[in-house]
Amino acid sequence: MNIIVCIKQVPDTTEVRIDPVTKNLVRDGVKSIVNPFDMYAIEEGVRLREKHGGKVTVITMGPPQAEAVLREAISLGCDDAVLISDRAFAGSDTLATCYTLSKAIEKIKDYDLVICGKQAIDGDTAQVGPGVASTLDIPQITYVRKIEEIKDNNITAERATEEGYEVVQTKMPCLITVVKEINTPRLPSLKGKMKAKSAVITVWKAADINADESRLGLKGSPTEVWKIFTPPPRPKGRIFEGDPQESVNQLVELLKDLNH
Amino acid sequence: MIDYLLTEEQLMIRDLCRQITDEKIRPIAAELDKTEKFPWDVMKVMAQSDLFGVYIEEKYGGMGGGILELCIATEEFSKGCAGIALCYSASALGTYPIILYGTEEQKKKYLPPLARGEKLAAFGLTEPAAGSDASALQTTAEKKGDHYILNGVKHFITNGGDAETYTVIAMTDKSKGARGASLFVVEKGTPGFSFGKKEDKLGIRASSTRELIFDNCKIPKENLLGKEGLGFIAAMRTFDTSRPGIGAQALGIAQGALDHALKYAKQRKQFGQSISSFQGIQWMLADMATQVEAARALVYASAREVDAGKKDVATHSAMAKMYASDVAMKVTTDAVQIFGGYGYMKEYPAEKYMRDAKITQIYEGTNQIQRNIIAMGLIKETAR
Ligand SMILES: Cc1cc2nc3c(=O)[nH]c(=O)nc-3n(C[C@H](O)[C@H](O)[C@H](O)COP(=O)(O)OP(=O)(O)OC[C@H]3O[C@@H](n4cnc5c(N)ncnc54)[C@H](O)[C@@H]3O)c2cc1C
Ligand SMILES: Cc1cc2nc3c(=O)[nH]c(=O)nc-3n(C[C@H](O)[C@H](O)[C@H](O)COP(=O)(O)OP(=O)(O)OC[C@H]3O[C@@H](n4cnc5c(N)ncnc54)[C@H](O)[C@@H]3O)c2cc1C
Repeated sequence: MNIIVCIKQVPDTTEVRIDPVTKNLVRDGVKSIVNPFDMYAIEEGVRLREKHGGKVTVITMGPPQAEAVLREAISLGCDDAVLISDRAFAGSDTLATCYTLSKAIEKIKDYDLVICGKQAIDGDTAQVGPGVASTLDIPQITYVRKIEEIKDNNITAERATEEGYEVVQTKMPCLITVVKEINTPRLPSLKGKMKAKSAVITVWKAADINADESRLGLKGSPTEVWKIFTPPPRPKGRIFEGDPQESVNQLVELLKDLNH
Repeated sequence: MIDYLLTEEQLMIRDLCRQITDEKIRPIAAELDKTEKFPWDVMKVMAQSDLFGVYIEEKYGGMGGGILELCIATEEFSKGCAGIALCYSASALGTYPIILYGTEEQKKKYLPPLARGEKLAAFGLTEPAAGSDASALQTTAEKKGDHYILNGVKHFITNGGDAETYTVIAMTDKSKGARGASLFVVEKGTPGFSFGKKEDKLGIRASSTRELIFDNCKIPKENLLGKEGLGFIAAMRTFDTSRPGIGAQALGIAQGALDHALKYAKQRKQFGQSISSFQGIQWMLADMATQVEAARALVYASAREVDAGKKDVATHSAMAKMYASDVAMKVTTDAVQIFGGYGYMKEYPAEKYMRDAKITQIYEGTNQIQRNIIAMGLIKETAR
């Protein structure tokens, strides 16, 4: 079984500070880490390989220094790593990101399962997993909390919903995004760390993935960001205390005033 | 910390062990100190991370390092919990006799599962009547055809009951005294081999200590390590090799206590300022840090000497064990002092380090015995 795990390098938000003057994130000197949700994707990929055989290829699109997260993934048990990196990718929104990742996955070709994290802790859109699946035109199961069975080219998984969970079955190749209930990621092994240190990381540029240039980077990104802001905190509710009859009357009056 | 010019691989071991200590050991240390539960979960993590094999040759499934690698790992784990660290390092003590005296066949049979951490090992020498005086052993191994029959009791055995592979010293010929002792491998589950109750201890409470009871325990003659009569020498050579490891455990305890004391001294305010601004506290911290660094230098240097295959390492490994453990006792006591009354409370980390430190002055030969070894070494050297 051949598995592709998509991971993203993100700033360690536990270390991110806000510049008191510009109100921007201070990214300088902040450690970069593997997107925490992607640690579960890596672990699940490695576990599936341990159970079913095959290999795990980890990919990321990012600047040259994103190589570090690929090495970490190798220390955790992934077999191969590909860095998708080119100036042409700069300014990609989620659409362009999905397109680029899909082209890379098409180039890898021989795969049964693509695993993504639920969302990235910086971009936070949770669009990339589903976007890659639809670009590749393969089935997807999002928010997977447990893989029940993989058999005869079918995968059965539990997907977490707000009320509980759904059991979904689909054909492979397919893409899943995982939530943190799915497993407990392991720590690296010494052999893994050594392998990671000496591993040769393949780098693919735009030309290597046979991509349509107009769909890459800024050119391929229709999204326009109008404004970035922190939503104001929800105002505190009011609690009516004391005599129930009296409280209800007060509440009704208040609602009337609010024109409800 | 002084730069000991560790190799890249050794630094990798240190980083990985530090991560395991921070993420997996520190959060449960106080709890296991209370419950005395054996830390199987942490053992699994260490195993999965290849750490049980750091000192074992690659052809037997290890990582090809030596005692220095074992020391680096033990030191890091001990900073978080010396009891959990001991479950790990005592397995190495039980494994060393096989490395030192096993035939190719015996090594192939026993080492790979120990290197992978699938099994733990233990070393059984001490008996109720034979502590410092290891020549007073009562446990016997009688040869009958192609078997040995073991009878007797070992006590205070670390990992006893939890380990699968035991290296045990027993008398094959009592009339020969120390020269009549031999070394055997006994596997858990062998009929006639059972365990006594778990000891209730002052410190290192996550580590298990039990009696090994041999009642007509029949083992194949292939389980003899080395030759008959070599047992006592084998035990001494095992200790010469492994003692820097106890030094490393003591070192980790001392460093762990110092780290807590320093942090606390900066936070705690009295007389309107942090207590770290008082010279009395500063001098204590300065002494503690210097002693810890001196212990580390000695432990690493003696470990390197062992790894280099030097012949007469007994004196230096005794020095490393003795000095580092005395430092651990002193530094942990001072750490409690810096914490003041809070240091005496179990809610704070300091007192556990002090309780854990004490054992390092006692086992693998008490520090009185270490001083005997060092003095004998000096006298022998000057007699030449
Ligand atoms: C107009 C615009 C311009 C942008 N320009 C840039 C830019 O120049 N540089 C930049 O870094 N970002 C840029 N971004 C942000 C970037 O588009 C998103 O970070 C990216 O699309 C991923 O979205 P997300 O972070 O919400 O990930 P999510 O959709 O929340 O991530 C879900 C999962 O998808 C996978 N995944 C996400 N991103 C990657 C990746 N890069 N490689 C592999 N797997 C991945 C992971 O498995 C992850 O867990 C821009 C965004 C916009 C709107
Ligand atoms: C928690 C724990 C774990 C242990 N784990 C193991 C293990 O895994 N395997 C194993 O084989 N053993 C183990 N031991 C045993 C340990 O090595 C012995 O307890 C130790 O060697 C001391 O022996 P003893 O307890 O009989 O003390 P004794 O030998 O009775 O010593 C009592 C006191 O007399 C002093 N003394 C004795 N002889 C002399 C002398 N010649 N000169 C000066 N002073 C002397 C000692 O230093 C000590 O202070 C363990 C012990 C403990 C407590």
